[in-house]
Amino acid sequence: MDLAYIETLREALHKVSGYIYPNDLELQWSVLIVLYPYITGLVAGAFVLASLERVFDVKVLKPTYRLSLLVALAFLLVAPLPLNVHLGHPERGIEIFLTPHTSSAMAMFGFVYLWYLMVVLLMEVWLDYRREIVEWSRSETFWPKRVFYKVLTLGVDNISPRSLEIDDKLGRILTVVGLPSALLLHGYVGFIFGSIKANPWWSTPLMPVIFIFSAMASGIAGVMLIYMFMCWVRKVRIDMPCLDTIGKFLLTAIIVAFSLEMLEMLQTVYEAEEHFDIISLLVEGKLFVSMILVQIVMGSLTPIALLGVLQLAELREKTRKFICALSGVLALIGILAMRWNVVIGGQFFSKSLRGFTTYKMEFAGREGLLSAIILGLLPLAILAVLLYLLPPWPKEDQAKAS
Amino acid sequence: MKNFSRKQFLKTAAGAALVMAARAFSTPLSAAEKFFREPPWKRKKPYWGYAVDVTKCIGCARCVDACKTENDVPREAFYFRTWVERYILRRSGEVNVDSPNGGLDGYLPPSDPGTVTKSFFVPKMCNHCENPPCVQVCPVGATFKTEDGVILVDRKYCIGCRYCIQACPYGSRFFHPVLHVADKCTLCYHRIKKGLKTACVEVCPTGARMFGDLSDPKSAISKFYETETLQVLKANMGAEPKLVYKGLDKEVR
Repeated sequence: MDLAYIETLREALHKVSGYIYPNDLELQWSVLIVLYPYITGLVAGAFVLASLERVFDVKVLKPTYRLSLLVALAFLLVAPLPLNVHLGHPERGIEIFLTPHTSSAMAMFGFVYLWYLMVVLLMEVWLDYRREIVEWSRSETFWPKRVFYKVLTLGVDNISPRSLEIDDKLGRILTVVGLPSALLLHGYVGFIFGSIKANPWWSTPLMPVIFIFSAMASGIAGVMLIYMFMCWVRKVRIDMPCLDTIGKFLLTAIIVAFSLEMLEMLQTVYEAEEHFDIISLLVEGKLFVSMILVQIVMGSLTPIALLGVLQLAELREKTRKFICALSGVLALIGILAMRWNVVIGGQFFSKSLRGFTTYKMEFAGREGLLSAIILGLLPLAILAVLLYLLPPWPKEDQAKAS
Repeated sequence: MKNFSRKQFLKTAAGAALVMAARAFSTPLSAAEKFFREPPWKRKKPYWGYAVDVTKCIGCARCVDACKTENDVPREAFYFRTWVERYILRRSGEVNVDSPNGGLDGYLPPSDPGTVTKSFFVPKMCNHCENPPCVQVCPVGATFKTEDGVILVDRKYCIGCRYCIQACPYGSRFFHPVLHVADKCTLCYHRIKKGLKTACVEVCPTGARMFGDLSDPKSAISKFYETETLQVLKANMGAEPKLVYKGLDKEVR
């Protein structure tokens, strides 16, 4: 028994307000489970941005196409980690795949995840990079890297125009399949919460849709910031038409996500069911800062206003860059707050609907803040490796940078 | 297959569509019959049910103590397989609920007794639902319903994701701090299989807790089900609890 943890719970007993079912004292899903939908959302959003170029032919987004794919891959590789670290028996986690229970949303998520990772994303990245991989496997002078590329060709070194054409076609088909898969992936995460009828804060059919649109916003904002940062690192000019277009899509995604969230809230207020009292106390009290201030004012309304100005006024390039970057950061913080408000907020009140428990985040423990920060930064480290091995920049750009 | 012409195909398809349409029109009339579902205890023997008579509970919490002892439940004030709540309703409409250490620490006399209109105790535990949300969400099937209607957790199989704890509308589950798996009332499965009573029923001094075989029409619980006016908690969840209450007030959740 983790005595320090038990002591924390004993202290929490004194901070309970109202009446909670005794077993509701302990918050079951910690900050790691906040991270899980956040990371999955970034994956789905980044992929949507990639498919805008590929499927919807928004050619102006070309500079971020490959970067989006790599961002999606880097975050997807980390997505199941917070879940597994959180398990009481991580060593049994594999049972979700081996003996899945088909009526469980969580079990089915495993398969959606595998499908998306193995069939969609890895295949698409591979097809898109195949020509370069073959070229690098021939020209690379550093031998371990050459061997790596050699292995990555999977023994296919045909890069004739005809075979590249086939690659392109297959890639397009994969993106067309990938888009609904990306939405399915994140919609499913929403369903994991939205299908819990026992919890009125979670149980809404809008949950998957809200998750999908906020995921788009976070993914687009994430890729945009990484693109800007990488341009700065590589000392190349930011492609302004591309950045402006990303800004437009970001604005659209935030508006839709925000409208859905408000619709959901309005419905709760208007219907005023049995759980209304506890929910309004929750929003006015424990979630006031993280929901009203951070999620709504800072993370939604401010970027909507900023990006809105960008659409209406003719501004200098420097100002436009600044507005995009600021809106991106605010949106990312706002969406993290939204995940927090859903996951942690939904556990603050007891199912007795008569009282609240508290949550004291550990710092160093397995489910503490430190783990969350490490898991949150890990995708960026993986992305750095991916960018090193599979540079997504166009050739002339690479030459310029070097 | 070659001889199957387009005309024939269209004919067959139209015929099939007609049959389906006819069925669709005729079903609404018989749909009401589907509301009736035969309870499983008419088919399976034995099938365990549980009942609480709120009017008989005196809040002694011997059941809570017996449960913790019998099932080795951690003695902390936030791990319970069963607990007893006290409700105090006041003239102003105010409702006070408490359950100090699940009832084990006893209840302080109510403040300002002159304003109290009524007060009563409600024992709570796993509802052993017929349609259990916890079983539905378990990703590996570690929590399951037995043939005789009891909801159990396989401790050697549970991965500890806590999804079932989130899904239970009654707060009847907790995360075992030593075993790191979900834990809950087993209806003392190890005892009832030997023909013994559950620990909580065994020690209840007033007979407020009752347990028995619903498939046996002569059992006390069957009679209780048939003759008393009963309620379940949170019926809107559709979980169909097999834990029923007699004398439940509307304020109880």
